[in-house]
Amino acid sequence: MPLRSVPEKAYRWLDERMGLEDIFAFLRHKEVPQSSSSIWYYFGGVSLFLFLVQVTTGILLLMYYRPGTASSYESLQFIVSKVNFGWLVRDIHSWSANLMVLCVMIHMFSVFFLKSYRKPRELTWMSGMLLLVLVLTFGFSGYLLPWNQLAFFATKVGTDMTGSVPLIGDYVLKVVRGGQDVTGATLSRFFGLHVAVLPGIFTLVLSFHLFLLQRQGMSQPVDWEDLPPERKPVMPFFPNFVLREFIFWMCALAVINALAVFFPWELGIKADPFASAPAGIRPEWYFMFMFQSLKFLPAHVGPLEGEFLGLMLFNLAGVVWFFLPFWDRSGGRGGTARLVTWLGVFVVVYILVMTVLGYLLS
Amino acid sequence: MPESGDKGRRRFLNFVLGAGSLTFLSAVTYPVLKYLTPPDTGAESGNETVSAGKVNDLALNSGKIVKFGNQPAIVIRRQDNEVKAFLAVCTHLGCTVQYMPADRVIWCACHNGKYDLNGINISGPPPRPLTPLKVNIQNDEIFISREA
Repeated sequence: MPLRSVPEKAYRWLDERMGLEDIFAFLRHKEVPQSSSSIWYYFGGVSLFLFLVQVTTGILLLMYYRPGTASSYESLQFIVSKVNFGWLVRDIHSWSANLMVLCVMIHMFSVFFLKSYRKPRELTWMSGMLLLVLVLTFGFSGYLLPWNQLAFFATKVGTDMTGSVPLIGDYVLKVVRGGQDVTGATLSRFFGLHVAVLPGIFTLVLSFHLFLLQRQGMSQPVDWEDLPPERKPVMPFFPNFVLREFIFWMCALAVINALAVFFPWELGIKADPFASAPAGIRPEWYFMFMFQSLKFLPAHVGPLEGEFLGLMLFNLAGVVWFFLPFWDRSGGRGGTARLVTWLGVFVVVYILVMTVLGYLLS
Repeated sequence: MPESGDKGRRRFLNFVLGAGSLTFLSAVTYPVLKYLTPPDTGAESGNETVSAGKVNDLALNSGKIVKFGNQPAIVIRRQDNEVKAFLAVCTHLGCTVQYMPADRVIWCACHNGKYDLNGINISGPPPRPLTPLKVNIQNDEIFISREA
């Protein structure tokens, strides 16, 4: 009898202990629906890839980053000017963050329009919404860490809004900022949030999200409902879908690299708590539609402050959006639910118009 | 034959996939490894001459630790008034040593290593003598530098 090769022996050893055979059998039988809307299936995976890029580059940045009002800006200066490929790591982290927000948004709206949130995928939708909130919090907390002027004022404005909430606003503001103002204490809090609290929570929710996806399989298009099984074209998950997914990942990486090389992020000037806000200051693009909407509101609407009313409306809209699988009952599983689709179109158009206006009017 | 043609194509595609993956991996690994290598900040070289203070500030039969580049050095004024200096890095596992006036030895607390006042390892685990430093006294001030 010939000696079995070392890799084969190692595989047998692991298989006996972990039941690898079952996992591979699952992967062999897993199939992905193949239709004209299959392209949208890739955006969730690309978001996952960008998360992995963020984890990797984030850990690398931690090797040199020193949080603190006297060291944050300086350590970033050191990273982008002295450390080998430091500029690349920092730019990839910033660009990949922006691309991640974009992909997560596309992923959410494609799920919305494909009606993939319906039974039994209610929990997948809600965990996804939670991930979106976490991604935005990641973006907001990470933005302050270079401790430059733009970051300082963005955080001032962003956290100031929590103060407009009645009764508890002042307390919440103090907790978020670690004091009355944006200071080194805020920087410490945001740093802890960005590198310890959020990654932990995010990984848990993401695992749940992906676990549900594996249990339920990918959602089939609504118009497949009445088709006989032999008329539903499918693609094996492994290797066909995985390899295609891989191509998307490589494309995403190429895009990030190109952006990092040709459009590097400026470090700007160091934050000075006693300097005036620079002209033309505005939030990151993914907060622009909210920023612009709030600007359109008058100072007072009836007895309420305009700012407060706007924030309440956005929060309410967020809650309604979160519970989407429970109020979209029109038409049952297969129904196309025109009204819901039009609502989605309205939301997309609203966000686009407000974002464009935000850049044109500022 | 079509079959062998298919096999050839498969071999070729596998080669392209493998070589491509390898190129990708090295393109990612190289910058990461370079990034992790700390750049030279210029504050680490220990070639300079460092002042270790006045002789008279150092009592007979006593020693003190001074900064020598980014390493600690130990300066000892022996009972016979001779001043000695060594890198204060224990040759065993790198702890910083100290002077014991009672026994007149240089002592490392980590594993009870002992050196005599010429820096020779006399007991415990240290395998080599301490690295001696050159002592230069000008106008009562002690200057230490690396021996050439």
